[in-house]
Amino acid sequence: MARAPTGRAARAAEALVVPLGALAAAMVVFGLFMAVLRQNPLEVYALIYQGGFASAFSWQNSLSRAAPLILTALCVALPARAGLMVIGGEGALVLGGLAAAVAGHLVAGAPPTGVKLAMAAAGMLAGAAWIALAGALRQYRGVNETISSLLLTYVAIALFNHFVEGPLRDPASLNKPSTTPIGDANMLGPLPGLDVHWGLGFGLVFCLLMYVLVRHTTYGFALQIVGGNSRAARLAGLPVGPIVLAACALGGAAAGLAGMVEVAAVHGSANASLIAGYGYAGILVAFIARQNPLAIVPVAVLVGGISASGGMLQRRLDLPDATVLVLQGVAFVLILASEAVYGRLKVFQPARA
Amino acid sequence: MIVPSGQPSRRDVLKGIAAAGALGALAPFAPRPALAADKLVVGVIYVGPRDDYGYNQAQAQAAAAIKKMPGVSVVEQEKVPETTDVQKTMGSMVEQDGATLVFPTSFGYFDPHMLRMAEKYPKIRFAHCGGLWTEGKHPKNTGSYFGYIDECQYLNGLVAGHTSKSKKLGFIAAKPIPQVLRNINAFTMGARSVDSKITTQLIITGDWSLPVKEAEAANSLIDQGVDVITCHVDSPKVVVETAERRGIFVCGYHANQAALAPKGYLTGAEWNWITPYTMHVKDAMAGKPMVNFLRGGLKEGFVKMSPYGKATSDHAQKAADGVKAQMLKGGYVIFKGPLNDNTGKTVVAAGTGHKQTDVVLEQMNYLVEGVIGKV
Repeated sequence: MARAPTGRAARAAEALVVPLGALAAAMVVFGLFMAVLRQNPLEVYALIYQGGFASAFSWQNSLSRAAPLILTALCVALPARAGLMVIGGEGALVLGGLAAAVAGHLVAGAPPTGVKLAMAAAGMLAGAAWIALAGALRQYRGVNETISSLLLTYVAIALFNHFVEGPLRDPASLNKPSTTPIGDANMLGPLPGLDVHWGLGFGLVFCLLMYVLVRHTTYGFALQIVGGNSRAARLAGLPVGPIVLAACALGGAAAGLAGMVEVAAVHGSANASLIAGYGYAGILVAFIARQNPLAIVPVAVLVGGISASGGMLQRRLDLPDATVLVLQGVAFVLILASEAVYGRLKVFQPARA
Repeated sequence: MIVPSGQPSRRDVLKGIAAAGALGALAPFAPRPALAADKLVVGVIYVGPRDDYGYNQAQAQAAAAIKKMPGVSVVEQEKVPETTDVQKTMGSMVEQDGATLVFPTSFGYFDPHMLRMAEKYPKIRFAHCGGLWTEGKHPKNTGSYFGYIDECQYLNGLVAGHTSKSKKLGFIAAKPIPQVLRNINAFTMGARSVDSKITTQLIITGDWSLPVKEAEAANSLIDQGVDVITCHVDSPKVVVETAERRGIFVCGYHANQAALAPKGYLTGAEWNWITPYTMHVKDAMAGKPMVNFLRGGLKEGFVKMSPYGKATSDHAQKAADGVKAQMLKGGYVIFKGPLNDNTGKTVVAAGTGHKQTDVVLEQMNYLVEGVIGKV
């Protein structure tokens, strides 16, 4: 059924106005909360803007915080398209980082581009295998994937710590056990002209590719059917198992790539600093983005911006870190609640003939 | 509902909101003048909460002290992970707050985060906690400060040794790394200087902040008959509280936890970061070059002991004070031969000793005789 172009524009406007309205409401609520704490809400708003978005520096601050979240959010969004709630991105990230560090060490003598590619491949493979494992447990053994992926994260972190502090530990890393450094030549630099690492670039490309995959390919169409009703999909003759596993593997690969970036662009080796909770923060981003690969990017930037602003609030107003969690909590509850508004505002309804 | 006095009433709040609105209308979007230009702005970054009764609180106490110095203003940010986040936080303090001296206090902030920022901002001073700075390898605008807290752990052990009836002590540690092993060993040696039958049961939790595991470890040690416990984790809060609840004695670490265990707190090994913080601030204000490597023990005022608790007997206090007096004079050697590890191997030969400044001690990879556990 063809819709009038105005209907399409109206829906686009709705998708933009509703979350922005929710955000504005969140700022009002947070402002009241700040007033209760005897802070001037307008000053708070000004600081939030300054901290996250007012200058080139603050934008880069926000983007750099957003970068890992874009990739870990994909680890939730892609399996969700197949109807699976995977929350184990943290495990895929740390194992991806570990695999990348090992690969980087194994081929250290090769030309840097080759080393980087090997690291990326190793990180993505490790992450893909880990989340595919949760998908397979669900698909073939009936184990709830939400629980199993969460528990697999604990297993992944335990494995990671075992290897980093045991067999793979660089003896020179005394008080901060780490794997052997991959070497400066093999490190990923910043994006050209920016003080943000390549993780952002990878994230943007990955999101774009995944958007095309789920929206404009036969695989994406099949995925949508499986996600809608996997029994019906099976009756229609779709290979449900492989389709689900592929979605899980792609998501895991994204998180594994995030781990690789942490190693190759930030730490230079795998160590406990990789376990920073990016996998969990990605869950939030994916849900706010309604599991849409393209929407993940602005949502991640928003989360990154709030975190950058939070630092500003802490430093200037002497507020505890928990204040930022209040802001984040209020914003996300209202954005999620605003979903109820879709289709109910007359302004955005295409005129009926 | 009881409204505690001092809490704003609803009317106050409404008034506040109205006033804030009016104020805001007068000065829209004019955040408070960031920080006065004629002041030295100091940034302090913590990996955990500032009020953790542990590692971060010890740093925050020093930050609070320098805040009172004339001409100094302090900006603080807590719960900053050891990722690019801390790089951006350091950058924000420099670019947005005008900080010229930054204390990134977590061990993991050093490499690569602080080193990268030091390269980017060569005129800003970065003072890191942990003793990693090496001449010729690290930039001159960076530095480390650290304390020989094993001296205090030795005294903890001495007091524990005098207090224990079961001759079984407990130690809950985060990771088997040199810094931690040195504390475990010093504690055990202090206790065994009282009675060589004393043993220390060691439990390694695996990470710096695992409250549930720490509580389980404490309970399990107490079930095994341990009657004095201490720890090396980021926040000793849970260990101290568990010990108090189960009615055994406890020696503190990082900061003073006496308030958490009024009955069982014997004494504690505390950092005294006010000393290095003040030194760095004074040098920065005077424009003197940065002292890149700052270290000290009890004598230099980098570490201190918690005041003795009610449960600490007079003879324990006297014994500890005696050794403390020697340490305060300087030159006291804890790790001297003959010293065996707990597998029977000699680690320090008879007639030799490692002074506190000896770098050999920073590569420690053994547990001394009397520690029940494995590296």
